[in-house]
Amino acid sequence: MKKFLAVLHARNMEFLRDRSALAWNFAMPFLLVIGLAFTFSGSNREIYKVGVVGGIERMRSVAPTLQSTKYIQFIPYDDLETAIGKIEHHQMDMLIDVGGAPKYWINSSSPNGYLLERIIWGTEGHQFARQTVDGAEIRYVDWFLPGILGMNMMFACLFGVGFVIVRYRKNGFLKRLKATPLGAFQFLFAQLISRLLLIMVITTIVYTGCNLFIEFNMQGSYWTLLLVATLGAMSLISIGLLVAARTASEELAGGILNVVVWPMMLLSGAWFSLEGAQIWVQKLAQIFPLTHMISAARAIMNEGATLAQVMPHVWVLGITSVFFIALGAYVFKWE
Amino acid sequence: MPPIITATNLVKQYPGVLAVDSINLAIPAGICFGLLGPNGAGKTTTIEILEGIHPPTSGTVLYKGEPLGARYREEVGIQFQHTALQEFLTVGETLELFERLYHHTLPIPELIELCSLADILDRDTRKISGGQRQRLLLALALINDPDLIFLDEPTTGLDPQARRNFWDLVELVKSRNKTIVLTTHYMEEAYALCDEIAIMDKGRIVSQGTPTQLLSEHFGDVVLQIPHADAGSKLSELGLRATEAGDMLEIRTNRLHHTLQQLIENGINLDRLRIRAWTLEDLFINVTGKKLST
Repeated sequence: MKKFLAVLHARNMEFLRDRSALAWNFAMPFLLVIGLAFTFSGSNREIYKVGVVGGIERMRSVAPTLQSTKYIQFIPYDDLETAIGKIEHHQMDMLIDVGGAPKYWINSSSPNGYLLERIIWGTEGHQFARQTVDGAEIRYVDWFLPGILGMNMMFACLFGVGFVIVRYRKNGFLKRLKATPLGAFQFLFAQLISRLLLIMVITTIVYTGCNLFIEFNMQGSYWTLLLVATLGAMSLISIGLLVAARTASEELAGGILNVVVWPMMLLSGAWFSLEGAQIWVQKLAQIFPLTHMISAARAIMNEGATLAQVMPHVWVLGITSVFFIALGAYVFKWE
Repeated sequence: MPPIITATNLVKQYPGVLAVDSINLAIPAGICFGLLGPNGAGKTTTIEILEGIHPPTSGTVLYKGEPLGARYREEVGIQFQHTALQEFLTVGETLELFERLYHHTLPIPELIELCSLADILDRDTRKISGGQRQRLLLALALINDPDLIFLDEPTTGLDPQARRNFWDLVELVKSRNKTIVLTTHYMEEAYALCDEIAIMDKGRIVSQGTPTQLLSEHFGDVVLQIPHADAGSKLSELGLRATEAGDMLEIRTNRLHHTLQQLIENGINLDRLRIRAWTLEDLFINVTGKKLST
């Protein structure tokens, strides 16, 4: 324990005294949350998602021009309530019901919903009746926040830990530690806890700071959210430790980390929902810890999900943390 | 004195390179043992096998008669040739970090005094001089009060004064009855500090013994140096073979009295005559055919 605490303390000191890195770790998520929350960040998305209740075939006859408009993906739904829930939680941009009198739903805080409304007016006139979603409508920023914070945590976890260990290995510091009685697990666990503490403190400060301006929606328990965020960060840090367990080159580590980061960034639901994506893509997304962390955080914040309700995500995050740290310690090389 | 560490038939084979070729060593406790060799001779590989950093391809290393294990990590001190420290920590904090990695340690104040670190305790380790850094690294190697200390080229890159200061420090450590295994490029360093040396070349030990013993084994004669201007061509007339060394002529002789008499009788001015002792540098060139600095 003494050795673990010694390495933990030293790593914390190193991080806190590296002022430029510390400042950037604070500035980056602030800039992302505030910048993206107040600009329509979805401008680079080419496909709008429109749910259709009442059948795609009927949609073709009721709204042929809209149906043939490019860059809109139509996703059939049988159950109206489920589909409306998707609108509330920004998993879909618009819902059209062509089962009876034509109607459409949008989330009034959704930038894409706003644009689709203009498109439907332009293509189909005003034959569709505008509907508002029932219950608490989730603002775009509330949907977006867990994703952006999660993504920032992912970068800080993977690159923060991965590059540091590779640097230690390259400059010979790990070799120096190898000559002491310190064990690989003690060293790696200290790195994990050090990074975890720093990330949780930074994320909490960023969340609290942004909350002063934006007043995020919070339906659930902060403790459950803290547990999910902690386990998510642990799981991501463990992946960083595993990548760095044997790598001796920053270039190689960067390449491997990018291979890990990009699929997570695109498929974890941080930027956009995978609603309507192919089934295998949705299944693939389930292997990423970030997917589970963001899904659980959104459920807690926007739907008031309890710990029991997010337990499947918690289990995945816990098991992947243990698995990756154990594997990292097993394959770890000091040099 | 029983050996504190022994190596038997050590071999280290890398793809296409036999770095260490059947080395046998038995280093007695309480001495300073020097491992010398040109670059690529295999001395760092050998020392890192002895340190337990790398496993040998074959052969065994025993510390106090036992294979290297957890006890070894607690009782050995190592100063690597190239090493880095945790950044953004002061000298004092670095000492504290390493102190907490061992069960048994020297009191930090004692270490600070021994290695003269008091003036730089609050300095960032990245902002200390080369000599100060080597003193800190030695302090880290001594922090667990080790019985056996490895110093891998500890004074490379230091100015002569810092090097002399470091030697004094090593002498202090030696006086505490510690065993030191030292690699160095500096022959005068090996001569000043080592009780026993081994010269390595191409992965093998080509000569081993005390410095005095080896010099007398390899050189039974002495070298007389006379300025070229004082001797001129007279030496060849006397049948003495001389080699040029700058503006001096060097005569090797194992009959010093007779040679001096010859020179005096033939009117050679000996006012500027010098008798040069053989050094470990000469020994090194003699046994390896190479200069140590190459």
